[in-house]
Amino acid sequence: MITLSEIAHNIHVKLSGAITNETLLSITEMAIVGIILLGSLVMLSFFLGYMERKVAAFMQIRLGPNRVGPKGSLQIVADTVKLLFKEGLTPNASDKFLFNTAPYIMVITTMLVIAPIAYSSGFQIWDTSIGVLYVSSVSSVSVIGILMAGWSSNNKYSLLGAMRCGAQIVSYELSIGLSLIAIVVLTGSLRMSDIVMSQADGWWIFKGHIPVLIAFVIFIIASTAEINRAPFDLAEAESELTAGFHTEYSGMKFAMFLLAEYINLFIVCAMGATLFLGGWMPLHFGADNAFNHAMDYIPGFVWFFGKTFFLIFVIMWFRWTFPRLRIDQLLNLEWKYLLPISMINILLVTIIAIFGWHF
Amino acid sequence: MGLGSYISTVFSSVKSLLSGMKLTGYYFTHHKEIVTQQYPENKREGALILPERFRGEVTMPHDENNEHRCTGCQSCELSCPNGSIKIITKQEVQPDGKKKKAIDTWVYHLDMCTFCNLCIEACPTQAIVMGQEFEHSVFDKKKLKKILNKPDSKLKAGVE
Amino acid sequence: MIEHNLLEPDMITEDGDFVINIGPQHPSTHGVLHLKVWLDGETVKKVEPHLGYIHRSIEKMCESLSYRQYIFSTSRMDYLSAHINNQACALAVEMGLGVEVPDRAKVIRTILAELTRLASHALWWGCMGLDLGAVTPFFYAFREREFINDIMEETCGARLTQNFIVPGGLMADIHPNFVPKTKELIKMFRANIDEYNQLLTGNVIFQQRTQNVGFLSKEAAISYGTSGPVARASGVSCDVRKHYPYDAYDRVQFKEILGTTGDSWERYVIRIDEMRESLSIIEQLIDNIPEGDIVAKTKQVIKLPKGEFYSRVETARGELGVLLVSDGGSTPYRVKFRSPNFSNLSALGHIAKGSKIGDLVAMMATLDLVIPDVDR
Repeated sequence: MITLSEIAHNIHVKLSGAITNETLLSITEMAIVGIILLGSLVMLSFFLGYMERKVAAFMQIRLGPNRVGPKGSLQIVADTVKLLFKEGLTPNASDKFLFNTAPYIMVITTMLVIAPIAYSSGFQIWDTSIGVLYVSSVSSVSVIGILMAGWSSNNKYSLLGAMRCGAQIVSYELSIGLSLIAIVVLTGSLRMSDIVMSQADGWWIFKGHIPVLIAFVIFIIASTAEINRAPFDLAEAESELTAGFHTEYSGMKFAMFLLAEYINLFIVCAMGATLFLGGWMPLHFGADNAFNHAMDYIPGFVWFFGKTFFLIFVIMWFRWTFPRLRIDQLLNLEWKYLLPISMINILLVTIIAIFGWHF
Repeated sequence: MGLGSYISTVFSSVKSLLSGMKLTGYYFTHHKEIVTQQYPENKREGALILPERFRGEVTMPHDENNEHRCTGCQSCELSCPNGSIKIITKQEVQPDGKKKKAIDTWVYHLDMCTFCNLCIEACPTQAIVMGQEFEHSVFDKKKLKKILNKPDSKLKAGVE
Repeated sequence: MIEHNLLEPDMITEDGDFVINIGPQHPSTHGVLHLKVWLDGETVKKVEPHLGYIHRSIEKMCESLSYRQYIFSTSRMDYLSAHINNQACALAVEMGLGVEVPDRAKVIRTILAELTRLASHALWWGCMGLDLGAVTPFFYAFREREFINDIMEETCGARLTQNFIVPGGLMADIHPNFVPKTKELIKMFRANIDEYNQLLTGNVIFQQRTQNVGFLSKEAAISYGTSGPVARASGVSCDVRKHYPYDAYDRVQFKEILGTTGDSWERYVIRIDEMRESLSIIEQLIDNIPEGDIVAKTKQVIKLPKGEFYSRVETARGELGVLLVSDGGSTPYRVKFRSPNFSNLSALGHIAKGSKIGDLVAMMATLDLVIPDVDR
């Protein structure tokens, strides 16, 4: 079985034959990794953008993009080219340093979070022992990017949007953390590969009774809020704040916010798929039977991306169905409903874990 | 708030959200329901049917002998609320030596027209009708000033 | 540079209020309305509408147009109920002339007016969802609206600014397809209102957003001069169709739906119920269109006797009054429109006080404002 480290090792061996200078070698390797990562993330966000438009269109009884490329699939490329050629305006009265840094912070944090996600058996960039903790802590740095963007724009709408976003992300982080802890308690490990391996005889959503189901639902709701998507898109709130924190951004800087939004969407769904739906692990029931063997023939990549895109579809489904919440209702939902429920839930999960009641 | 009502609130809320998702999910899976038509493809496919009363532009029909029905009475010019019609008349000498009023140019300012149909209502001889053409965009505004009577056209015999 | 801007009087007042300008270019003002809003955090302290961005002096323009011509310009006021505006203008002229409109014209006018009301309410419903952040309702509402527009296009020749009414009746008879298509619409629309309820009315987020915000008491509704669904939500019985029936409204049965609380939710529910009432009005009339003329005989150049003539109709947004002052000539001496949106907008400052900024947008949606009608 090919693994990512083997591929990396082969490339390293080949390159060290060509480049003898140690420093130059590592710089070249870093550049290769960076380009591959950036390229794949841009391709991913292209696909997500196309998917979002098509899902929205079919839910709204229309056709969606269908002119550029086959079935309109190159429309998003055309839009990106347009954004590349647009002038990136910086308002005169803005804090120029913060204004220009904010989009990069957004993109960099999202790219950092990509690291510990397990795509398939052996395909993981960084299998750290604190995987879950790392993801949940680094992803909350993105709020700083949003606050910087909102403050430095010197625009009243942007400021309101950024303040809303700050309140929202800080509160919803709690429920996300608690629902992740439910699985960590059951698994006994923060390492992503351990969590996936623990689901070899069945995914946690089936094994963990109702408490894990509740944790899953809370995770989906809270992560929708965490990545600022409708019905929790108060930071952007098109009908109230025109475009919220990125009102003043244009051109490529605006595209970076969009890129960050889509990668964030992918990350939370990948996390949900890994923790609750078994990651790249095929659908298994019981120990050893014909069904399990049949499922093993489907490669891990297909399982992982299938689950992730299913969750992405669900979150898109939310977006194109529900109206937006008000800011006080948003905080009520977190502090009066999600947080107490997930606290009781974590207690139940702990009891299940201690007595070993899960399957 | 009692625990029972708390839980029932949660469940009824979730149910109402799911019923909305059921509707959007229905339309997502039933592509037959899509109502959008593709323009300009629908013109070729014959899906774009404009009703005969559609007000696209004012036209003056000419028959095969290059004859129209406009007597130059200027009723339409008077009835037009925003002055998009201008009729220039001339005196034509009839075969019997009498002079008679006839149109020289029938100027139609499409750029000012609001398609209110009042000129067609006012016309006593049905010389003008509303056409179906609706793709009026041009790069030069001057092209929207049209002369409706064709060159060398005559008044149809018998129209008073 | 930032400090300098913060101290500008427009940005933050001496009391520490945050002043923001919503509009004239803003996604949710549906046109060029400019609201100056004083905020305390997210809470609205004061709202001040600034008008005049789309003033075209239609009233003054009408003074130079003949009685046949001035009708067309009123389509451009409340463009969503263009047909009803035209009807009001024609009624005023008919009143001055003392002409009796043929029965057939009366009934067709009423059906067209109710179709216009349905189209307008459908658009409002879509925009209501849009203002609250749900994009999908807009497209569902446009499906029905498109169907109505097709009916209009077939019979009147235009989709939005129909100009189908002339003093004394109608410009032409209905298209042969009109009756079957309208019947099809009634069937389709009934089913679709249930869809509306499933998607938006029943949604818990939507209910939370609209219930118990934007209260307009009965007294305030009267004192601000509101009319239409806005006033009826507060319990003011003000339906012109019921109290001063015109055209064929005296021969149909329909309920005037009255609310009690007068909050945003009530204003929403009343419009949804009104759609059902409009459907039932059309249903009663569509099979009973009497035979006969479609226009009463009038002179080509209409001259009204000296005097003042006032007609009132119920548009989709409330009461529209048309005052014609005639000096005996062929053009009006003075035309004054009492437009429903202007009065309804004046209540916004009252109902939005103390609410959140997100609710301000929702309230604007429930008032169902059409800005060209405010400015005229």
